[in-house]
Amino acid sequence: MLHAPPSQHNLLYLDANATEPLRPIAQQALNEGLAQLGNPASVHTAGRKARVMLEQARKQLAGTFGREADSFVFTSGGTEANTLAVHGFGHAIGRPILIGATEHDAIRKAAPGACVIPVDQNGLIECAALETQLASHAAEAGALVCIMAANNETGVYAPLEDIAALCRQYGAHLHIDAVQAAGRMSGTDPFSQAVASGALVGASLALSAHKMGGVMGAGALLLPEDRPLPPLLPGGGQERGRRGGTPALAAHLSMAAALVESQQQEWSRLQILRDELEAICCHAGAVIMGRDVPRLPNTVSALLPGVAAQMQLMALDIEGYCVSAGSACSSGKVARSHVLEAMGQGEGAGQAIRISLPWNVQAEHVRAFGQAYSRMAQRFAERGLLQNNRTTS
Amino acid sequence: MRILVAMSGGVDSSVVAALLKQQGHEVIGATLQLYDHSGPAKPGACCAGRDIMDARLVAEKIGFPHYVIDAESRFRDSVIESFADSYARGETPVPCVACNQGVKFTDLLTMARDLGCEAMATGHYVRRVEGPTGVEMHRPVDRDRDQSWFLFATTREQLEFLRFPLGEMPDKAHVRALAEELGLDVATKRDSQDICFVTNGSYATLVEKMRPEIGGPGDIVDEHGNVLGQHEGIARYTVGQSRRLGDIHTGTGERQMVTAIDVPSRRIIVGPRQKVIHDESRRIVQLRDMNWLIDAPADGVRCGVQLRAREGLRQALIRPLEGNRAEVQLEEPALPAPGQACVMYEGERVLGGGFILA
Repeated sequence: MLHAPPSQHNLLYLDANATEPLRPIAQQALNEGLAQLGNPASVHTAGRKARVMLEQARKQLAGTFGREADSFVFTSGGTEANTLAVHGFGHAIGRPILIGATEHDAIRKAAPGACVIPVDQNGLIECAALETQLASHAAEAGALVCIMAANNETGVYAPLEDIAALCRQYGAHLHIDAVQAAGRMSGTDPFSQAVASGALVGASLALSAHKMGGVMGAGALLLPEDRPLPPLLPGGGQERGRRGGTPALAAHLSMAAALVESQQQEWSRLQILRDELEAICCHAGAVIMGRDVPRLPNTVSALLPGVAAQMQLMALDIEGYCVSAGSACSSGKVARSHVLEAMGQGEGAGQAIRISLPWNVQAEHVRAFGQAYSRMAQRFAERGLLQNNRTTS
Repeated sequence: MRILVAMSGGVDSSVVAALLKQQGHEVIGATLQLYDHSGPAKPGACCAGRDIMDARLVAEKIGFPHYVIDAESRFRDSVIESFADSYARGETPVPCVACNQGVKFTDLLTMARDLGCEAMATGHYVRRVEGPTGVEMHRPVDRDRDQSWFLFATTREQLEFLRFPLGEMPDKAHVRALAEELGLDVATKRDSQDICFVTNGSYATLVEKMRPEIGGPGDIVDEHGNVLGQHEGIARYTVGQSRRLGDIHTGTGERQMVTAIDVPSRRIIVGPRQKVIHDESRRIVQLRDMNWLIDAPADGVRCGVQLRAREGLRQALIRPLEGNRAEVQLEEPALPAPGQACVMYEGERVLGGGFILA
């Protein structure tokens, strides 16, 4: 099939974790959805047709995770799915909430008073600390534990099977933010394996369409089974009363198409390119975050000691390379990374950029970027910014 | 050449960026985020100020990259905190000078160099002139917009790298017309006023909130310590002012003015205006943190000095002293406010300046 290159108007796009380029098959599904007349909730012919399309997508999506269709709640995206989980499994029933230190703001801002479980220098959840916290809440009705399957900045996978086992042992509900991991399942990665082994059978999962190659504005919360959940938006009682509002039919169809195709993709191709790129970055003076632990096949978190991430982003953007750092806020200013801070990087938390290869990246793109990165590091070294050979694990 | 343009989101710097782009330069726009627009109660919170978005829209429209630089903590430390400290010492600071000196012409300028820029441009109204012995700073063509007084602390090295295209503009109407011509939405945006980080209430309220120890009422006294009345907080007074002295003018039968602010006792000291402004002992002023835009002449330089932002020139002899200080001998007595700037001019040219010591 035809792969659109991740470049547009002389830009080279290497920021897939912000949003993946739209997959052609997802665009096709989107067009079919847009062409369909009718609201899926309507009783007439057009509405019923729309409903059938939505339900087919639901069944397909839920089936990917081995769940029944009615456990699948469509949302407007990952943030809503995560917020709905925190609300429904946490706040609404008064459960104590435990979250990982490197969670996305979608979780952190939804659970501001949560107990934060630390991570180690590789970004892995400290399971001993999690167990201590779970044990202290054991007498209650059980806690809500929110952990991301793979980190958006570093790509580091959480030890999902261990965490799931602890949650089962202490009667806690496990919610997995699978936004970055779900569209990049190779079958052998820790997330795929945890899904396949049944370890996550009792967990809820948050998904986002545009991180899989679908369109922005669609996501889902996958429940352990078909069960009621206090909604954030009661509205007209859509999604079996768990999420009101007319579902974005076309966007959800694109999500289903994107997910299916992402699972057929050869992710080792990206991983090889990723490893090549990391070698180039290291040679230029960078330190790769979480390099020794399982990570997403497409993500590089490269810390250039002494050089502000903002400077790196600007220098690369001027040359036409789209990458990112930390969490860009709505104003576009680059903030320090709470993820790298939690990993004990201190000052370095403001000196790392994220390069995330899109699903359709080509080898020449990665090599061109590698050269640009080396040139940039060289220039900063000449300007006296680069600190050499910082020791990190 | 590759040139970084410091963009505030206002009409002036937008026109500068668009003009440079039109002239064929590789323009990079940068907007400093100096403070959290949602108020000091939420440090570090995310925000998208209207001005930042305006700058971004200009950049997209004209077609050059634009970045938002987080300068919040640096601005807080180097400008807002020192602004409050200065008031707490009984001075009247000029935060715009501190901001130009630090955040803009040190930090942003370094960033421009790091990005491989050959120059940095701003929307200031001042002229940079290539003189026979190096680069010079001159007053702008539009004297109503003259910002040279606020830029005296620009070093020669910084000046070398800087560009001020608006210095040549005949007037603001011309700049707005250019903005209109260039199709910039900010063409009709109103000018910024006063101190940018004082967004609600007065600067004095902010200072008193930051330095509560100097807040509250105190005595207004004459030079002998006789209590003449009460004041509402020393941060509300500046040496040389006659306002806010209540009925003291009528009480003493003479128009009074503030001659000093005594911080430990929180007293405002006043004297009869006619007597003070003719007091021959008030002809010597000491300056700190001098910035010379000429080679500092050992014997001193006779030139005009401007002691406040909006004020005429006074004739004086300025002699450099040890420790980057200087002594100003004014031809006529004056009552400059500590913390303000004393800027030296020879014709249109800025020769340098320093901050007035108590």
